[in-house]
Amino acid sequence: MEKKDHVFDYRTLFYVLLALVALTGITVGASHINLGKLNVWVALCIASAKASLVLIIFMHLRFESRLVIVSFLSTVFFLAIMIGFIFWDVGFR
Amino acid sequence: MTLHGEEPGKADSPRKTENSGKIDESRKVDESGKTDEFGKKLGMWLFLYTEIILFGGLFVLYAVYFSRYTQDFIEGGKELNQMYGVVNTIILLISSFALAAAITAIQRSQKKIALWGLGVSLCCGLIFLINKYFEWEHKIALGIYPNSDRLVDGPPGQNIFFGLYYIITGLHGIHIIIGMSLLAVSMAFVQAGKVTANGFALVENSGLYWHLVDLIWIFIFPLFYLIL
Repeated sequence: MEKKDHVFDYRTLFYVLLALVALTGITVGASHINLGKLNVWVALCIASAKASLVLIIFMHLRFESRLVIVSFLSTVFFLAIMIGFIFWDVGFR
Repeated sequence: MTLHGEEPGKADSPRKTENSGKIDESRKVDESGKTDEFGKKLGMWLFLYTEIILFGGLFVLYAVYFSRYTQDFIEGGKELNQMYGVVNTIILLISSFALAAAITAIQRSQKKIALWGLGVSLCCGLIFLINKYFEWEHKIALGIYPNSDRLVDGPPGQNIFFGLYYIITGLHGIHIIIGMSLLAVSMAFVQAGKVTANGFALVENSGLYWHLVDLIWIFIFPLFYLIL
């Protein structure tokens, strides 16, 4: 019996790889331009974009059940709280 | 809610869930009515969340000390060779692609391609580790290692930067080794024909773990190699 999960074809996967490599190139290039405080944020944004591609396509999150998607986003949300509140604390000592 | 295994003769028909009108294909069972493909996958995702929090905690450490010792971190970053980081990033991206391709191959019952995909991922992991070895060897030769005189006597921010560098990349390296072990086991099972398009939770979960290792590196890379 065929598993009717969506199957990504090889071409799609390859295009995603190309996109990831391109983003890597962009982030390396951006690191050589002095944007002051913005450098960190640019690097993290591009990293998040790469992570999203890996998660949604390679890890099949795009076609996962709602339970997996919601629990994953909750984890990210928790991480955001952890990071945010720590800065809220440390930033004002 | 129907119980798995209640109707062994009807294993071929997908079960409807109560929540939505559409059929949830991922909740089907195999002929024996005993496996729970969705459950296995969910279990792996739950474990991945703990890994995300684990590395997240380390990244929080990095972030706090980066804000406190920004200049030292930048100086420390200059000591690291960006090329090692870029090469390792590309290697892991390729390995993730190969693994995703292997999953597609299994879904299409293309055993040979699946084995190739898993094999390429495994090799990429090995190359990553070898790269890491040379990188660490280089640093250690310069006197940069935990508790070295150079770090202890130097600026505290750099001591922390390299401490974090070794801990985070070291822990990540351990995860690479674990991931490689999972991939090797997966390859053995695929080779033995124990993995089919109907039930490939082992390979899928190993794949998820490996992708996570790649994900973590995607964030490690800018933190250590792109501060200039």
